[in-house]
Amino acid sequence: MNHSAEHSAEKIEGQEPLMSRRAFSQVLFTGVGMCYAAAIGYPVYQYLASPISKASEAAAVNQVSLPDANKLEKGSAMMFKFGAKPGILIHHADDTWVAMEAVCTHLACTVQYQAEQNRLFCACHGGVYDTRTGANVAGPPPKPLQAYKVTVEPTSVVVSKV
Amino acid sequence: MSKLMSSLYGWVDERLGLEELVKFAKKKTVPQHQHSFWYYWGGISLFFFIVQSLTGLLLLVYYRPGPDAYESVRQITYEIQFGWLIRSAHAWSANLMVAAVFIHMFSVYFMKAYRYPREFGWWTGMVLLVLCLLFGFSGYLLPMDELSYFATKVGLEIPAALPAVGPWIANLFRGGLEVSEQTVQRFFALHVVLLPMLFIPFLFIHLWLVQKHGNATIPSEMEKPEYLRRSIPFFPNFLMKDLALWLIALNVMSLLASIFPWEIGEPADALKPAPTGIHPEWYYMSAFQMLKVLGNVFPGALGEGLGITIFTLGLILWFFIPLYDGKHENGVKARNATYFGLLALFILIATTAWGYMVL
Repeated sequence: MNHSAEHSAEKIEGQEPLMSRRAFSQVLFTGVGMCYAAAIGYPVYQYLASPISKASEAAAVNQVSLPDANKLEKGSAMMFKFGAKPGILIHHADDTWVAMEAVCTHLACTVQYQAEQNRLFCACHGGVYDTRTGANVAGPPPKPLQAYKVTVEPTSVVVSKV
Repeated sequence: MSKLMSSLYGWVDERLGLEELVKFAKKKTVPQHQHSFWYYWGGISLFFFIVQSLTGLLLLVYYRPGPDAYESVRQITYEIQFGWLIRSAHAWSANLMVAAVFIHMFSVYFMKAYRYPREFGWWTGMVLLVLCLLFGFSGYLLPMDELSYFATKVGLEIPAALPAVGPWIANLFRGGLEVSEQTVQRFFALHVVLLPMLFIPFLFIHLWLVQKHGNATIPSEMEKPEYLRRSIPFFPNFLMKDLALWLIALNVMSLLASIFPWEIGEPADALKPAPTGIHPEWYYMSAFQMLKVLGNVFPGALGEGLGITIFTLGLILWFFIPLYDGKHENGVKARNATYFGLLALFILIATTAWGYMVL
């Protein structure tokens, strides 16, 4: 019965049909299926991605003020939060101040200040950085640590992106 | 392209034996008669269970049990993008699943599909029903709003009324003398670990038994000679119809979830009186109303005890019906079983309606 219907349609138009019945329904079902996949996939993606945009907003920081950090003793260091990442502030013995991102450029562990050896050390794979410039001096790190600009105020220390 | 696909299929088939599965599925048939519509409700229940697993997994990403429970559900509902939709889908699909399970159970009952050799299908189904209701009960507490707090308090009064061991069991469920964050924490463990761990193996046995014995046909078809009974192949005919109904189920659930998003009430507060008009979810309404009525007729612990006893007795009879009406005979036992089913259905519907009328 289907066959004769197809035949009569052909006769009326007097030409070959553009698409067979099978091909048409395949296209239709694929299209509808993709609409469903999108209608389910989009909310699920947005749902899972929801905290990312908030976190990126919070991470977009150009400057932080560290109250009372000006009282940091010479020859010591402190950690602080710069956006989402840890930073390290060092007050050298000669009264110079240095701040840099405390994230090892090798595989992202947090580095520590070792006063005795006067170095920044990453315990994960033994990376070593210079305490004044952040230059990678030994071990696997491929790049220097990112340095920040430091301004010492009467009641705080302000760290900002260079 | 198609040559590549077929050689790839050949490669996989050689190792996994897909062709055997297809052959098996093609050989399997499903009876076709005027009541065939009811064969699809087990599949619809399964569909909603899959939706529950997926939406539940998504909710798990943000839900925090314990003292933070209410706040995390509030965040899911109002702050996380599309969180309201995921939560609403989970809640609606839960209700639809319970409804589908009940329809499935009663259709199996009245088609007498529990008879030999399908007794274990019926029994595993009953276990799944109880687990399903426990899923509902434990999940209901998790948002820790006013309604969930009182629902759990009231619900736990039922095991608490058991003689001797009652209070001990209730305390164990609560993790204390009152419903608290301890309760949420252990209901969470129950809801997402223990119950699925029990449910999934029973579900597989249940499905395997359906594969093994095939769908039961109704007694009136059984009387016909073999050549007059009609059937359709499971694959692809029945499966396609099954999937079409799944699509309808998905559409209904999505519409309900987005047009009537599930609300969150006030946070649970042990010092606040219960809000007026508070009532359990519809699938507990019948039990709730029966206990209320019996409590009015027989005041005190007697009414409650009587209610629980009648309930338990009914459930045991219901469970063991294949042992009573297990042979393929249309005698007194078959009729009695049908009457018992009609009575159970009537009581269930009548007390539920009654419960809603007197709210």
